[in-house]
Amino acid sequence: MQSFDFVALTPEIATAALTLILLAIGMLIPAGARRGMQPLTVFGLLGILGYILYDLFYAKMGPAFQGMYFHDQFADFFKILFLAAALLVVLFSGAYIQKLPAYRGEFYALLVAATLGMMILAGAGDLLTLYVGLELMTISFCILVCYLPNNGGSCEAGLKYLVLGAAASAILLYGISLIYGLTGSTQLAQIASRLGDNLSPSLILATVFLLAGFGFKISLVPFHMWAPDIYEGAPTPVTAYLAMASKAAAFAALIRVYLVTLESQSFAQAGVALLLILAALTMIVGNLMAIPQTNIKRMMAFSSVAQAGYLLVGVIAESNAGVKGVLFYAMIYVFANAGVFAVIAHVEPAQDSDEIKDYAGLARRSPLAAAVLTVSVLSMAGIPPLAGFVGKFYLFSAVMSTGYSWIAFVGFVMSMVSVYYYLSIVRVMYLGEGEGLPEIPVYGAAKFTMLFAMLITVFLGIYPTPLAQMALTAAKSLVR
Amino acid sequence: MFKEMHDLFQWAWLIPFLPFLSFLLIALVTRRSKGLSAAVSILAILSALGLAIAIGVGVIQSWNGEEFVGREAVAAANWLNIGGLKIDFGTIVDPLSAMMLFVVTLVASMVQIYSLGYMHGDRGWSRYYAYQSLFAASMLGLVISTNLLQLFIFWELVGLCSYLLIGFWYFKVSAREAAKKAFITTRVGDFGLLLGILFLYNKFGTLDFAALSNAMNTNFQDFALIGGLSYLTVMAILVFIGPIGKSGQFPLHVWLPDAMEGPTPVSALIHAATMVVAGVYLVARIYFLFEHASPAALQFVAGLGAFTAIFAATIAIAQDDIKRILAYSTLSQLGYMMFALGVGSLTASMFHLMTHAFFKALMFLGAGSVIHALHEKQNIWDMGGLWKKMPITGWTFFIGVLAISGVPPFAGFWSKDEILAAALHNGHPVIYAVGLFTAFLTAFYMSRLFFVAFTGPSKPENHPHESPWTMTLPLIILGVLSVVGGLVALPEHNFAFYVHAGELEHEAMDWALAGISVVAGLIGIGLAYTIYVRKAIAAESIVAKFPGIYRLLKNKYYVDEFYLWLIHHIMDGLAKVLYWIDLYIVDGIINGLALFTRGSARTLRRTQTGQLQTYALVFFFAVVVIYLVFAIGEGQLAALNPLAMLGGVK
Repeated sequence: MQSFDFVALTPEIATAALTLILLAIGMLIPAGARRGMQPLTVFGLLGILGYILYDLFYAKMGPAFQGMYFHDQFADFFKILFLAAALLVVLFSGAYIQKLPAYRGEFYALLVAATLGMMILAGAGDLLTLYVGLELMTISFCILVCYLPNNGGSCEAGLKYLVLGAAASAILLYGISLIYGLTGSTQLAQIASRLGDNLSPSLILATVFLLAGFGFKISLVPFHMWAPDIYEGAPTPVTAYLAMASKAAAFAALIRVYLVTLESQSFAQAGVALLLILAALTMIVGNLMAIPQTNIKRMMAFSSVAQAGYLLVGVIAESNAGVKGVLFYAMIYVFANAGVFAVIAHVEPAQDSDEIKDYAGLARRSPLAAAVLTVSVLSMAGIPPLAGFVGKFYLFSAVMSTGYSWIAFVGFVMSMVSVYYYLSIVRVMYLGEGEGLPEIPVYGAAKFTMLFAMLITVFLGIYPTPLAQMALTAAKSLVR
Repeated sequence: MFKEMHDLFQWAWLIPFLPFLSFLLIALVTRRSKGLSAAVSILAILSALGLAIAIGVGVIQSWNGEEFVGREAVAAANWLNIGGLKIDFGTIVDPLSAMMLFVVTLVASMVQIYSLGYMHGDRGWSRYYAYQSLFAASMLGLVISTNLLQLFIFWELVGLCSYLLIGFWYFKVSAREAAKKAFITTRVGDFGLLLGILFLYNKFGTLDFAALSNAMNTNFQDFALIGGLSYLTVMAILVFIGPIGKSGQFPLHVWLPDAMEGPTPVSALIHAATMVVAGVYLVARIYFLFEHASPAALQFVAGLGAFTAIFAATIAIAQDDIKRILAYSTLSQLGYMMFALGVGSLTASMFHLMTHAFFKALMFLGAGSVIHALHEKQNIWDMGGLWKKMPITGWTFFIGVLAISGVPPFAGFWSKDEILAAALHNGHPVIYAVGLFTAFLTAFYMSRLFFVAFTGPSKPENHPHESPWTMTLPLIILGVLSVVGGLVALPEHNFAFYVHAGELEHEAMDWALAGISVVAGLIGIGLAYTIYVRKAIAAESIVAKFPGIYRLLKNKYYVDEFYLWLIHHIMDGLAKVLYWIDLYIVDGIINGLALFTRGSARTLRRTQTGQLQTYALVFFFAVVVIYLVFAIGEGQLAALNPLAMLGGVK
């Protein structure tokens, strides 16, 4: 059994090894030769991704290490998501990272380390394992966010993420200790069996603390305040990875802890009502706040807050269909974000600005970038036949079949509101003159990433069935 | 399923896929190279033709003497699963679709080769071949669809291609207007079709042809819906509205004559041989719906078809434009196919569809050859004596005229006779009479066209010359098919054994009926000969005797004018009212909402101060509030104890 357990950890071990290799290479080889680190990271991640795809379809699934760790389709689905996100970020940000003043090698190592944290988070079967994964992710991000040492915004963002992240971690730990006090265990399976129907103020408190801890990571209103400042200040690839993967990782943990462990009949009603209110608030605040923004990264921060609301709707549905919706949406959201941030990372260095007004005339100056940005934001807005429409359809139809139609209605209305600010970017790009702004042709890996992200967004909108099937299998693999 | 599913049938998807691939290739890669674009397109359609022939042979070989109904070879992949709706994308191979595949790929190949000559030197060359490929792909996809939604998607795609090709010369105002008219008019029909599809899904929970047929066969209790019509009857009529638009049945026929603004090969392919018969094909494909509906549904189809047949034929008599005469003749022949379905003979309808595709494509391409030679002259009175100058075009056109007039042994004779026999034998004497009279009219106006344009003295200002081989080769091939195409109906070839619905409905040759219709056709030709060649009766004197009728026919019964009047007086008035509502009520609400949204966004924005302390404060405050709300919501009043807030109360 011992050997089987470690086989279940193969991707995590490989990712840790990749982190160390990158770190060592970054230290040992001369600065001039570090160009090769991008391809190295890409091939390393591709290898691990290939292994997980194989694992998903052919490996024997089951809990490992006496239930401390889950090796199931659900975890594999999220690992694929993280690796895909990391790959896309690394692919489109090669030029961006080349321009960093220092420590370029470590950038890749930290990115992969954060990925490792997320993978642990998705597979954790024990609250402490989960916490370790979460902290590995958070601390890696803390460093990545302030990677531009000469940039005031980046430093400020890093500090804010550190302090607020610590507060959130503290609350989360507090919640974990309360759970341990109540049940004498930190293992999810045992907690579920020992909690029973016994409701007490401390259980409610623990639940709220865990919710706050995860809510911070998924930028749930009212725990979202950090998002715009950090999204704006962080280097663009880091912002992209925050939006694409860290949110999904927190959702993976949230689904496992809430749907599998804490879902007990006794507090279902008020708990659901609370989540409904938070989801509605998140959708409303996120979308409304996105409207007056003039900085595209800040707007994307609020847009990502709103997306967290849509995803939470799927969690509330508490069904396989709902979880399937969350998984599906999280995956397509990776590709939509890859499109948006690839363009931002491409435009930002060229004209040293993230202001939306400086995207004027992009359709003329860089037709491909403008097209990719358009398709990506339209997918986020949920316009058919793009993938975002299918994703929202799965989420909202799942919650409607549970009986909470009003939240779906809020979602529809807010999606319509979101069309306004998404299209305002498109308007600037296609109708703006943009005189005096430079031509910025796209080439190389960035071009590939943009095209790839756009094609996937369109393809999954037209033919969603394979991914939906995968998501459904993953949802069903959750032990209830 | 067939007893042994032919290995070939699972490759049927290639038939629409190859032209689609060629569309992508032309659009993305070979756009700048004229030669390559045409080569890619023609290669794709010829490969599709080869496959279609192979599949047709396969279908015939798999026939083991039993009926084909319910033995379709279906191959499908799941496309969408949304809620309870499961939609496949697949291919259906049965005698019906095999025949259509053959006809469509054949005519499309001929037209694409012909276009090499006809479109020579056109600036939009690559665009033309891209559209041609896209059209072929959509039409073939329509033919092999396994369910109504898939069919509807391709149905709309062929509509789009038709729009693009009618408006191909977009710099001509008339072409643009005709394209819009075609698109909008057929959309009216599509609305009915879509409604029918939605209602069918609502009732049966599936759109799959086989599953629908099954559901109706087994335990479906039809019930009265409105005005004494049963549910299935209403469904059948709703679905039939789509074909009314697409196949140009009265009153949605108005777009087809105008569609002649497109390049002539396009008219031959889309607006004569293939797309316009999509409606006929749809009715044939879901014939089980009409069979299960009350007889009223089929009577409606039969009545409308017969009316369209004679209505369009009378208009054709008074037209002078060569393409418009052919267009009205197409409408009339589509009416034949429809009423054949209506009187219960799927075989006759499909048979006529096939032979009509041969001879009508032939005549359109012939007309194109003439127009090409005369530098865009289309009025038949400006022509004359073309037979001698353009022998190949003349002879093949003559074959086409004989075929459509029902002269034996040409293709049209067999199929038209089968339709008329079916009408009479199934107890529809009135429709038989209408069909017979239409056959006479058809022979008359087609001969009129032929005698005026091709015989008599040639006009000195014209210098016609025979078209290049790329154009005459398709004419010859189609000409041969127009001669021998009808022979498949002979008992030893068993067309009826393959293509039919329900029990075998093949009419044995009724030589008496055949004789009557041949006589009707010959009288038509003879009358035209007397008037336009011998000039024994002056055409002008007839016109002078019936000025009212002539004007009515010349102006196509004023249907267009009536629609315009409707639009100007009724629609515009309604539009004005709605515009006011939109401007003041709808916009008012929207603007108010937008104002409110922007206002609340501005207020909310103030909370985002950028201060770390504020953020942390909000975070912890929110935790406390959520805890209290949650606890009170659960009725845990002990939670209000300050100690509980630190986790001290179990």
